[in-house]
Amino acid sequence: MTFLRRFLRFWWDFVVGDDWRVAVGLAVAIAATWQLEQAGIAAWWLLPLAVVLLLAASVRREVR
Amino acid sequence: MSSDVLLFLTTFAASAVEAVEALTIVLAVGVVRGWRSTLFGVGAAAVVLAAIVAALGPALRLIPIETLRLVVGALLLAFGLQWFRKAVLRAGGFKPMRDEATAFARERGEAAAAPSARSTGTDWYSFTVAFKGVLLEGLEVTFIVVTFGSTQGRLGLAVAAAVSAAVLVVLVGLAVRGPLERVPENNLKFAVGVLLTSFGVFWAGEGVGVDWPGGDLAILWIVGFLALAAFALVRRLRLVPTPRAAAT
Repeated sequence: MTFLRRFLRFWWDFVVGDDWRVAVGLAVAIAATWQLEQAGIAAWWLLPLAVVLLLAASVRREVR
Repeated sequence: MSSDVLLFLTTFAASAVEAVEALTIVLAVGVVRGWRSTLFGVGAAAVVLAAIVAALGPALRLIPIETLRLVVGALLLAFGLQWFRKAVLRAGGFKPMRDEATAFARERGEAAAAPSARSTGTDWYSFTVAFKGVLLEGLEVTFIVVTFGSTQGRLGLAVAAAVSAAVLVVLVGLAVRGPLERVPENNLKFAVGVLLTSFGVFWAGEGVGVDWPGGDLAILWIVGFLALAAFALVRRLRLVPTPRAAAT
């Protein structure tokens, strides 16, 4: 494995980890929060809720 | 003020957990193969970690605070949620609990089996294992110190929390003369997972323009909300009729 691949692998494990769907879900939730705030709609509730739902979904996949 | 306390507690707890794991590796190698090269490895890793904090900490202050909070918040969310997820799975019985005595025995066995190279003066096995152990365990702490310190403008406080935790763990390790099996490591990891994820939610939200109800105090209800959700999830997991993961 080249140094670059090891380096990228390290950062992938560090940030994304075992379940890439959680990372994608977080990105979508942050973008949706931004869109709602831009439209003048209070979206403080979205990120905490998204975190709980993503965590529950990820845990469910793991235990199946 | 409350966010300063939480910043200190989060960094202290994360650093303590990682220091306990690093101490196990260093003790196992040092006891079996001698201390000179092992301590050189520890020192070299500490220098690299300090250099990363010294270079990145001030550099991140040059980034506009809203951008910094968004980037740091998003990274912390992804990173913290990994701790959180593993902690929930451990508490629910679907992932083995970390056991320092077992880890110590394994590291000791590997250190004893590795070929000796003392004729050259330096035992490179001891140096490398100690260096890698401290560096890898320390990188997560460095990430937390740099991100928390820069985003809150309290780099000194974050460094103080991390260093004091590491010093405390080393002192207790010296007193006990063995791996710290009694530290409630898995509970600490659970708490750190909740705290990292909560700060990630808070800062990522601020970065995209969220006006949190309660201002800075919102971090407290986010912590409470995520902790309650995690406990509910663990409770539900424990009802699932699946063989519990064996402790390692």
